[in-house]
Amino acid sequence: MEETSIIISGFGGQGTLFAGQVLAYAALDNGQNVTWIPSYGPEMRGGTAHCTVMISDDEIGSPLVRNPDVSLVLNLPSLDKYEKLTKPGGALVANSSLVNRGLERDDLEHLYIPANEIAEEIGLARMANMVMLGGMLRLAPVLPLEVIKQALAAHIPERHRRTLPMNFEAMEQGYAFAERTLTKAAA
Amino acid sequence: MVAPTTPETKVVFKRPESFTDVTTHYCPGCTHGVAHRLVAEVIDEMGLREKTIGVAPVGCSVFAYKYFNMDFVEAAHGRAPAMATGIKRVLPQKTIFTYQGDGDLASIGMAEIMHAAARGENISVIFINNAIFGMTGGQMAPTTLPGMKTTSSPFGRDVELTGFPIRMSEMLATMDGAGYIVRRSLHDAKHIRQSKKAIRMAIETQERGLGFSMVELLSSCPTNWKVAPDEALKFIAESMIPVFPLGDYKVRPELAGLRV
Amino acid sequence: MAKELLKGNEAFAEAAIRAGCEGFYGYPITPSTEFLEYMAKRMPQLGRAFVQAESEVAAINMVYGGACTGKRVMTASSSPGVSLMMEGISYIAGTEVPAVIVNVMRGGPGLGNIAPSQGDYHQMVKGGGHGDYFPIVLAPASVQEAIDYISLAFDLADKYRNIVHVIVDGNMGQMMEPAELPPMRELPKDPPSWAVTGAEGRQPNFLSSIYIDPADEEVTNIRLVKRWMEIEKNEIRYSEYLMEDAEFAVIGFGTAGRVASSAIRAAREEGVKVGLFRPITLAPFPKKQIEEISKRVKRILVVEMNTGMMLDDVAAIVQGRVPVEFYGRLGGMTPFPDEILDEIRRVADNKAPINGDARAEWISRLEKIVEEGR
Repeated sequence: MEETSIIISGFGGQGTLFAGQVLAYAALDNGQNVTWIPSYGPEMRGGTAHCTVMISDDEIGSPLVRNPDVSLVLNLPSLDKYEKLTKPGGALVANSSLVNRGLERDDLEHLYIPANEIAEEIGLARMANMVMLGGMLRLAPVLPLEVIKQALAAHIPERHRRTLPMNFEAMEQGYAFAERTLTKAAA
Repeated sequence: MVAPTTPETKVVFKRPESFTDVTTHYCPGCTHGVAHRLVAEVIDEMGLREKTIGVAPVGCSVFAYKYFNMDFVEAAHGRAPAMATGIKRVLPQKTIFTYQGDGDLASIGMAEIMHAAARGENISVIFINNAIFGMTGGQMAPTTLPGMKTTSSPFGRDVELTGFPIRMSEMLATMDGAGYIVRRSLHDAKHIRQSKKAIRMAIETQERGLGFSMVELLSSCPTNWKVAPDEALKFIAESMIPVFPLGDYKVRPELAGLRV
Repeated sequence: MAKELLKGNEAFAEAAIRAGCEGFYGYPITPSTEFLEYMAKRMPQLGRAFVQAESEVAAINMVYGGACTGKRVMTASSSPGVSLMMEGISYIAGTEVPAVIVNVMRGGPGLGNIAPSQGDYHQMVKGGGHGDYFPIVLAPASVQEAIDYISLAFDLADKYRNIVHVIVDGNMGQMMEPAELPPMRELPKDPPSWAVTGAEGRQPNFLSSIYIDPADEEVTNIRLVKRWMEIEKNEIRYSEYLMEDAEFAVIGFGTAGRVASSAIRAAREEGVKVGLFRPITLAPFPKKQIEEISKRVKRILVVEMNTGMMLDDVAAIVQGRVPVEFYGRLGGMTPFPDEILDEIRRVADNKAPINGDARAEWISRLEKIVEEGR
């Protein structure tokens, strides 16, 4: 049985919950079972916010998992928490714009992406989440990039629709950055 | 009993159709019966009996439903305005009234009445203020007068310890959602006639969709006041009215020209 | 209609609308608020009633009023809000009018927190309000199941003129999952004969929970309990997973049951013959089914997100035929599958069989887990 668990964590306002939703929509469009569950609470902005996405070919039991297969951490507190929890042999993608230390563990596939800088270059700092998502898809190909892009196009809130091309660009650049980094590391 | 009707006789007084032929449980000298009858007469005169739903309270008038010949429900203590809201919102064309005492409306049901008025809930409220809890045997109400003896203020209501009477009409009149808020009294025939007109106005307010309406009626409770019925009526006139002045506290301009 | 990715609370609200809900009365409270927000948007679009009440006390009494008109009405709230509603719930039960109440449960007692919990089991299942009455309690475990059971809740409420509670926890209210909504049902044209609608061309109807003569109240109580026995006969619902050849049974409802299913899958991979029995009607409780299970398995593990409220009900049915063990997380903590897997292994190996009170032994195990910071 193929079941993948992904945790996306960061400050409230970094778009972690939405990034997870995009993954969930894409999994559904891809014909898979999926659950998306957020941390919820009074921290609308500024606090930590994370969500868990489970993608499976089978029916999903628990929507929550202690040790995720993939962790996407957008800030330092999230790295501190999920570096410890990520499953051995799992994948961790960190936002190096806001994370100032390396990994202590050596049993994780990992990738550091300056997501804020890349997003700012594109022209919208808010899109760091999409840069991260793009990078993750290269490191841990849970779904094809094209499927994710289609899901985003279908579900982006109307008020943000004009930013869709920039979102695509963010994802692609994240993916490309990961490609370059991982190829270099392999070489 | 059927009144004999011949061409020579004319019926000048009969039981309203909105009233059942049942002897009430009210104490001698209590003005609940008068208030009930006024409501029944108004509903008859307006031809609304078959589209009216009444909401009875908890208090002495808990059995009000027995005396009205129309659809009725019985609310939890203080919650009549909420229950009436629930009904009115799914049956907006029907006429909904609550009938509540001072414990029900001004004590435990304070939140429900204030918010029904604030929402401009299109319901009519008949508020019986007799300055005491009747059903439980004469305890202090939020409308009990300063110095007044009750079983829970046996030395007279001490405002230092128990606060002051609450004037509901004045307070509710501050609500923009209120269409018609008046205080009347049931202590003599003239005031009873005025009370009936006010009840008519309240229902007219509802029928015109002009928002929340309430008629506060100063009423007697000879049993728990421990006075004779005639003295009780005098108490309303001499002691209650100074604390609870009669008057029109809120009348929407649309109602100004209406003569009933 | 194809499956869509739906957010729990919003899907539940839309399911209620499609089941013919004509009046929603509520008060915001986390983690059920999206239910109310959704209703605020949708109900007026359909010309149906939505009221944000001043309190849960008022909300349930609005539901009470609306229910007396024979229309399908409801509220949704979360634990502390439902506590406030208990007065009105008892009146609705005593008046024998139908109403649906959704409780998206959170950690308690008191203000507690907003995290998912099943700590309202007693309050919901055993009544909660004053007096002799019997609510139907449905405990779905997925967004789809909740959609289906909210429709059923209205049908059962109407059929038996009974309160129906649908209880989920914050996880289910907040999560998104693919699900399919049913088509919109047509609203009934005529009100039921008992409803208050204005006594046009008929004798007046009177609806109340007052029976001032105890002899009359006793007759009412007999009617209520007989109706309940009928409900017990007809309306038991549950789900079984890998139970056919199971030597060990896990019993859990809602999220706890669902999380257990992941642990059971993992245990099966290790060769442990374990299955899940998940009651969906907590009231009426699937007593016969649990009794049958207790006659064919070696041991039972009850899993809940409370201190073992359902455990007592299970133990009373099993009557010591086999050991009944317990594992629960509390206060808004949701167990992870690995914790339940550990428990399944322990129970299956019978390494530390219960030696006395299952609850007491679970507490000492849980305290260790809490100390370890898991």
